[in-house]
Amino acid sequence: MTNPLVEFYSFMTFFAGLRESETTLTIELESKPMPPLLRALTVATVLGFAATLYLGLFAAGTDIQQGDIQRIFYIHMPSFFGAFTAFGLTVLGGVLALARDSDKWDKIALAGVEVGFAFALINLLTGAIWARPIWNTWWTWDPRLTSAAVMCLTYAAYLMLRAGIEDANRRRAFMSVYGIFAFVTVLITLFIIRIVPETIHPVIVGASPQNAQGSFEATSGVILALVPSMVLWLTLMPITLIWHRYRLEERREGLDRLKLKALSD
Amino acid sequence: MTMTGERAIIEVERLSKIYGVLPALQGVNFNVSRGEFVALLGANGSGKSTLLRLLSGLSKPSAGTVRIGGWELPREAMAIRAQIGLVAHRPLLYENLTARENLAFFGRMYGMQKTECEARGKTLLRQVGLARRVDTLVRTFSRGMKQRLSIARTLLHEPDVLLLDEPYSGLDRSVAESLDDLLAAAQQEGRTIILSTHQLERLPPTAGRALILSRGQVAYDGAIEASELAVIYQSAGV
Amino acid sequence: MKTSYVETVLAIIGKDLRIELRSRELISVMAVFALLSILVFSFALELDRAAREEVVGGVLWVTLIFASLLGLNRSLAQEYDQGNLDALLLTPTPRSAIFIGKFAGNALFTGLVGLLLLPLMTALYGMNLLDGRLIATALVGVFGFCAVGTLLATMTAQTRAREALLPIAMLPLALPFLLTAVRATKGILTGAAEWQVWFQLLAGITVIYFVLCLLLYGYVVEE
Repeated sequence: MTNPLVEFYSFMTFFAGLRESETTLTIELESKPMPPLLRALTVATVLGFAATLYLGLFAAGTDIQQGDIQRIFYIHMPSFFGAFTAFGLTVLGGVLALARDSDKWDKIALAGVEVGFAFALINLLTGAIWARPIWNTWWTWDPRLTSAAVMCLTYAAYLMLRAGIEDANRRRAFMSVYGIFAFVTVLITLFIIRIVPETIHPVIVGASPQNAQGSFEATSGVILALVPSMVLWLTLMPITLIWHRYRLEERREGLDRLKLKALSD
Repeated sequence: MTMTGERAIIEVERLSKIYGVLPALQGVNFNVSRGEFVALLGANGSGKSTLLRLLSGLSKPSAGTVRIGGWELPREAMAIRAQIGLVAHRPLLYENLTARENLAFFGRMYGMQKTECEARGKTLLRQVGLARRVDTLVRTFSRGMKQRLSIARTLLHEPDVLLLDEPYSGLDRSVAESLDDLLAAAQQEGRTIILSTHQLERLPPTAGRALILSRGQVAYDGAIEASELAVIYQSAGV
Repeated sequence: MKTSYVETVLAIIGKDLRIELRSRELISVMAVFALLSILVFSFALELDRAAREEVVGGVLWVTLIFASLLGLNRSLAQEYDQGNLDALLLTPTPRSAIFIGKFAGNALFTGLVGLLLLPLMTALYGMNLLDGRLIATALVGVFGFCAVGTLLATMTAQTRAREALLPIAMLPLALPFLLTAVRATKGILTGAAEWQVWFQLLAGITVIYFVLCLLLYGYVVEE
């Protein structure tokens, strides 16, 4: 089976007269077909995302005090929990990578960090957009906002540290350890409202702190739109993306091996 | 080469070590019997250092097994660590400690008694020609002196298996010869020795067997016959 | 004939102390840095009395953490540059003993810098920092982040850009210590009763991190 991309490339170069007739080096990247389960997950995730967007943007009622901007919350809070799942998988991946010397779990841990990092950025960005009209500022050094930012930086540090280690075995061991430790910042972000009372960040589940600004009531309409979105971001979204990212990492490694082979031949 | 009857002290089976995607060793097999002296030959980058690191339990194989004295490395290494000594590229010494302090510290780490450690350290320092520099900081030592102290450190806990990675580098002729004497003595005491070198002209005189590595694979494993060895060494692409 | 666990740890600490006494490489760099840092802070912030009470905890802890970064980098780099950690790993010493030995040395030096800072800041900032509770907080905090720091410095010492990578790796993970220790310090200085809660949290985090480090250290020293 030839890769269509490779075929397309050789076709185009032939037309452009670039192709050397004798010394064509055909390099074929081994490509595993997409597992049916992943295909199903991908479809389910896309459909689920469309459905929750519909629920959040149209089906749920408009908040009396905040207006339409409140709808951003149907992405804002779920995206944090998506990051939670992804970073949680990084911890699991790290533990298993250490226990079994497994490269596979190390790749899953890396995928978890990248996906979780993207989700955490979505979380910060949507939060800032919401805060602009409600708190009258894009950003404030509130304890929860600070710890969420630090959480992001921790995982940015993970990626930088990872890029700085060349030996694969060492990288696996170090990054597994770091991924386990980094999760502490996720837990702090989650529980900081309970620990540091002077936050202005609203709490949706349970009582808001006294100085919280911009709380809204969790009416049945809000819950109806929120719960499916939460479930989607907690499960399907991170798992599907991590799986795709994992496959990408496998292919990247395959490419490295090919390059090495081409060089040594 | 393996003696029958008694189990080989070092057993290496289908050993591979891959750094990232770069293979350093591929499917290496050999056994070493107790008391053998093996010269490990090969060009720079042929996998000698990697093999010695694996044999010392410092690094984990990507595939295959290493056993020393029946214990699998590095999983069961704790049981056998006290029986292994390694002279590595780097001296593995503390610069801001004196020769005596270095030996005393490592002696403690090997669980040696203070008096025993001191006595043995004294003898060894005399043997490697550092008797007069016992209380000087290692920082002030030349490369060759560090190398000699490093050898003393390795022999300190009387290991059954001695691994030496390019020990001749940085040693002048007379010191190299005294190292040969030390190794011959260690061999007499029944220790197993594996010594790596890339110089064919500087082989340890008492080594009875050569193992040639080429591109991470065993290219030759057999008796040292100086005349033939050169040919094999050449043909192995070294 | 076997050296006991405690003896092994003590031998490693003793070795580090002896080296330090000879070179004074770590403690002098850390102390000078800490001194400069609190001076720079006091100029930069131009503090009045009320503001000082607010920030003095932050100044103390940020200075301590940065000073410890300097020390940690050097302490582990020393082990790696001559390959000494390999030599330690070759011996039948339990990995956790190596961790405790290296950690104790670092914590000791950072703790000394902390004890030096307290009277100095008392004089410079005009408020009494020589409080038993504050000293206890400082010691627990130093204990905690030196544990994480020793683990991380062991990792970054094996990479190429180690001086740059250690702060990047460590600062986010040191945040829980910074957060609780600063609050406890502030509570103690302003006489608020809530300092105890923060102190307990700090102690709890320290225990969790220390145990994690102890368990995971073996993985970061072995290839």
